[in-house]
Amino acid sequence: MGKKVKETFAHVIFFIAALTSILAVLLICVFLFANGIPAMKEIGLFSFLTGTKWAPNNSPASFGILPMIIGSIYITAGAIIVGVPIGILTAVFMACFCPKKIYGPLKAAIDLLAGIPSVVYGFFGLVVLVPFMRELFAKYECRGTSIITASLLLGLMILPTIVGVSESAIRAVPESYYEGALALGATHERSVFFTVVPAAKSGIMAGVILGIGRAIGETMAVIMVAGNQARIPNSIFQGVRTLTSNIVIEMGYAADLHRQALIATGVVLFVFILIINLLFSILNRRNEA
Amino acid sequence: MTNQKISKGKRGPLSWLLFILVMVAALITFSALLFLIVHILWNGIPHIKPSLFAWEYNSENVSLMPALINTLLITIVTLIIAVPIGIGSAIYMVEYAKKGNKIVKVVRITAETLSGIPSIVYGLFGMLFFVTTLKFRLSLLSGALTLAIMILPLIMRTTEEALKSVPDSYREGSFGLGAGRVRTIFRIVLPAAVPGILSGVILAIGRIVGETAALMYTAGTVTEVVSGKGLSWLMDSGRTLAYHMYALSSEGFHTDEAYATAVVLLVIVMIINWVSNRIAKKIAKV
Repeated sequence: MGKKVKETFAHVIFFIAALTSILAVLLICVFLFANGIPAMKEIGLFSFLTGTKWAPNNSPASFGILPMIIGSIYITAGAIIVGVPIGILTAVFMACFCPKKIYGPLKAAIDLLAGIPSVVYGFFGLVVLVPFMRELFAKYECRGTSIITASLLLGLMILPTIVGVSESAIRAVPESYYEGALALGATHERSVFFTVVPAAKSGIMAGVILGIGRAIGETMAVIMVAGNQARIPNSIFQGVRTLTSNIVIEMGYAADLHRQALIATGVVLFVFILIINLLFSILNRRNEA
Repeated sequence: MTNQKISKGKRGPLSWLLFILVMVAALITFSALLFLIVHILWNGIPHIKPSLFAWEYNSENVSLMPALINTLLITIVTLIIAVPIGIGSAIYMVEYAKKGNKIVKVVRITAETLSGIPSIVYGLFGMLFFVTTLKFRLSLLSGALTLAIMILPLIMRTTEEALKSVPDSYREGSFGLGAGRVRTIFRIVLPAAVPGILSGVILAIGRIVGETAALMYTAGTVTEVVSGKGLSWLMDSGRTLAYHMYALSSEGFHTDEAYATAVVLLVIVMIINWVSNRIAKKIAKV
């Protein structure tokens, strides 16, 4: 093979490889929407999104996913309340307060937190958190598997994401900000919280949004601790079903319109995620600028 | 932050409060992790017994061995698919594309999108595309293809970073000696980038091993090792270790075995993290 032919051939091969991810996103969009939209049409987009009753086996069956949308929002909001303050403060600790000697092991611990599979988290929630919450909130008729249990567990699961992104955002703030505040007589804590952290604001927000994406998309751990009742809850001690769990629990035996409605549930989840991704990349662009 | 001792102001009540908040948050984070790990190891290690590693699964021994072997196989197949594509894509982005290339921008955006998609959506897509449309059925191949798309952005990003960190003088030296572009990439640039690429691959292995939702409706949940003559085992269905763990804990009859399985998963993840850490440190030293 001539040198020139070889060069061109390699160029083309690498180019095709680069196109793979574009192709993958296109395929995912096409197949999800093509399989989900017919069900939305048949059920009616409005009654699908705002219907409060999910009863695929009744006749006539009703496919309203509002309880699942609300479930996902409740649990994600709970995870944010638990995970975001702790995550950001831990990131501040890692970037500004951590003694050098123990930084290595602690960083490895954060990585490990990120690497633990969601089933293991779910199992831990099932055997530790669920009985604990049942005892603790017995007077509220908490059955253990509830919104609050799932929020706690998810809050723990999104910690490494928030800590990782926020820490690098804080570290990217020029040293002079910190030193300037110190020179004006501020304490270490005041300098960090009133000059460095505000300067890292948009990076920290990006970390939080990424964490929200993780929380909405989490499936296995949530199934194991959230109770999975497909109804709109009226207290945080009740069980709830998320969009993700709805798909996993029923896809195994669903057929026809029921199956399509589950795929349509996936489409709704996918759209949520796309919006979150968009927010994330807008924030990231702003950081780079 | 540096540890330079610039004379700091005296701590008032607010500073103390902030200090305490930071310390408490860090304490919560690390003690939660510690508690989780100790709890699983403490309750799991006593239940690790030979029957758990029997070659054949039955409802008596709930052996994890078949699932472990399936996990290994699916990991290898996934990497065989995703690693060359991921590296090739990164090579195009770093070595070929000119600055401001539109395609590079689009590839970046799609890779970012892919890395944000939750695993259950990958599972749905794999079911619709590989299992149903391409008629691969519930099989190891369907599972591996689905996972390959899932880990592609990870491989791309880490490889890209590794390639970018190879100094331009390497390339110039190679061109100067008369080598072509392909030769320079394969002989000079890639070897220098191997550690970075490797750490990405290892992170990807971690994701594959822990994955459940993307595999339930693509690779299936059969308890046996995939089998078949020649390459037909690729078309056989089998569960991986993470799904096995889910099945055990949701059935509720085998809590002890579920603990033991959790230990095995946890140990695999710890080894993976340790190795990737070691490699990362090596890169930092060079």
